[in-house]
Amino acid sequence: MPYTARYKGLLLLLFVLVILMALVNVSLGSVEIPLKDIFSILFTKGTSQESWQYIILEYRLPKVFTAIFTGSGLAVSGLLMQTLFRNPLAGPYVLGLSSGASLGVAIVIMGASVFGVGTAALLLSKWSLVIASSLGSLLVLVAVLLASAKLRDTMAILIIGLMFASLTAAVVSVLAYFSPAAQLQQYIFWSFGSLGNLSWQEVSILAIFWFLGIVLAVFCIKNLNTLLLGENYARSLGVKISTNRFIIIIATSLLAGSITAFAGPIAFVGLAVPHLIRQVIPTNDHKILLPAVIFGGAILMLVCDIAAQLPGTEYTLPINAITSIIGAPVVIWLLIRKRKFIF
Amino acid sequence: MITAKDLSIGYRNKSADTCIASAIDLEIGEGELVGLIGVNGVGKSTLLRSLSGVQPYLKGEVSILNKNLQKLSSEDLAKTISVVLTEQPISKNLSVSELIALGRQPYTNWIGSLSIEDRNKIQTSIELVNIEALKDKRCFELSDGQLQKVLIARALAQDTPFIILDEPTTHLDMYHQAYVLKLLKKLTTETNKSILFATHEINLALQLCDKIIIMEKDKVIAGSPKELIEKNAFSNIFPSDLIYFDDESISFKIRT
Repeated sequence: MPYTARYKGLLLLLFVLVILMALVNVSLGSVEIPLKDIFSILFTKGTSQESWQYIILEYRLPKVFTAIFTGSGLAVSGLLMQTLFRNPLAGPYVLGLSSGASLGVAIVIMGASVFGVGTAALLLSKWSLVIASSLGSLLVLVAVLLASAKLRDTMAILIIGLMFASLTAAVVSVLAYFSPAAQLQQYIFWSFGSLGNLSWQEVSILAIFWFLGIVLAVFCIKNLNTLLLGENYARSLGVKISTNRFIIIIATSLLAGSITAFAGPIAFVGLAVPHLIRQVIPTNDHKILLPAVIFGGAILMLVCDIAAQLPGTEYTLPINAITSIIGAPVVIWLLIRKRKFIF
Repeated sequence: MITAKDLSIGYRNKSADTCIASAIDLEIGEGELVGLIGVNGVGKSTLLRSLSGVQPYLKGEVSILNKNLQKLSSEDLAKTISVVLTEQPISKNLSVSELIALGRQPYTNWIGSLSIEDRNKIQTSIELVNIEALKDKRCFELSDGQLQKVLIARALAQDTPFIILDEPTTHLDMYHQAYVLKLLKKLTTETNKSILFATHEINLALQLCDKIIIMEKDKVIAGSPKELIEKNAFSNIFPSDLIYFDDESISFKIRT
C-alpha cells in the first residue's frame, strides 16, 4: 500500500482545513468583531463587550457546529448511498427522505390554512416544523424499509425512493396550489435551508443523531469495501446483504433525516462531496474515504456559509442555493480536468 | 470432498417451484479439476450457484467436507468456497492489489485491516497466478485476460479448499483460454484445491480436466474424459446437424 502514507497526510490536511474554516466562519458576520476579542471569547472567556460575547457564543458558534454536522452528515449519507446503489448519481435523498420531510412541513405550514384547522400560528413554532419534518422522513423511511425487506434487488429500492419523492412532491404541489401567499412564502423559506437559529439544545440533539449515524457508518466500512465487487461477490465473501443494506439505510436516515429536520433540505453537498473527495484522494477504500468525506463535507458547508453571509454586508443568502453555486462548478471543473470518469 | 445426492435445482416460487434439473449425483475429490459443460440455458449457472450455496436447492443433499452445505453459516461458507463470476467487479477503479486483498475479508477484523498473514496470502496468490507486474494497476487498465487472472488470484487469496468459476474463458482469445485453464490445472496440482468451472471450451476441457460433468436437458452425467468418450456421452450434447464428436481426435468437428 504505497499510497496509505500520502492519504493519511491528505486526511490531516483536510482536518486542519476544517478547523481553519471554522475559525474564519466564527470571525465573519454582519457585526465586525476583532480577531483578538474572538479568541479571548472562545478560549479565555472574557471581553469588554457583552453583546460580542453573546453573538459569538449563542449565534455564531452553534451555527459553525450546525454547518459541520450538516455538511459532514450529508456527505457521509451521499457516500453510503453511492456505494450501496453503485450509482454516482445517488445522494442522501435518493431514499425520498427529504421529500417526506417536505411533505410533513408543507402539511404543517400550508395544510392548516387549506383545511382551516385551528390557528396556524399555534402550529408554527420551530419545534413543530422539526417534528413534522422528522415524522415525514420517518414515514417514507418505514415505507422504503418495508419495500426493501420484500425486494431482493437493491436497484429497485432506488426507483421506489424516487417514486416516493414524486408522490410527496405532488401532494406538496396540491397543498401549495390552495394555500395563501404568506404560507407559501413561509414554506419556500423553509425549503431554502438554514444553518442559523439553532439553539445549543437543538445543536446537541443534532449532534446525537449525527454521532449515531456516523458510528453505524463506521461499522459498515468493511462491508462497503466488499460491495465494490458487486453483491454476488460480497455474498460469497460472507456479507449478509440484506442486513447490511438495512444498517446502511438506517445510518443514512439518521443523518439525512435529522439534518433536514433542523436545517431544511440541503441537497447538493451529499451528492457532490464524495465526488470531490474521490478526485483529491483517488481511492475506493472506505477506511480513508469515510473520514475524508466527513472533513470534506464540513469544509464545503463552512465555506458556503461564509459565502452565504456575503461578508461585509447585512444580507444572508439561502444556503441551499449557495452550496450548488459554489459546489457545482468545482465538480464540473474537476471532472473535465480528469477527462476520464471511473466510478 | 463435495458430494451431491439426488439433487434438484431450480427456483422456489410461491405457487410452484421451477425445477431446472433433478436427480443429480456428483462427487468431486480433493485436488480435482472438474469441467461442467452443456448447451446454453441448460442450467449450468444454476447448478454452480446451488453448489456454492448462493441459491437454495429444491431437493436432495449437498455436503462439503462432510458438512451439509445449507447448514454452513455464511462466514464458514466464505472460508470453504470462493467464486469467480461472469460479472465484472462493480468498481473498476479498484487497484489489482486492493481487489485481491478483498478476498481476505472473511478473515480480517471488523474494519478489515490486513494482518501479516493476510498480506502473505495475498502475495502468494499473486505469485501463483504470476501477475506481479499488474499489482499496482487499476482494473480499468487491464485486458479481459489479465482481469480474469486477477479475479482468480482474488479467489485464491480467499484461501478456500474449493473454487467455483462460471465460464472463466468467455471473451478470451484462444491463447488466453488455454492459459487460464492450464493455470487452473496447475493450481489443482500445486495447492491441492478442488476446482469446478463451467465452460464452452469442450476441446480444451477434455485435454485438461480430471473429470467432466455433462449437463443435458434431462440428465447429468459425470466421469473422467476417457470414461465419457467410451460411453459416447459427447455425441448427444448438441443437435447433430452441424457438428459431431470425433473419437479419434477427441474433439468436435464441423460436418462437411
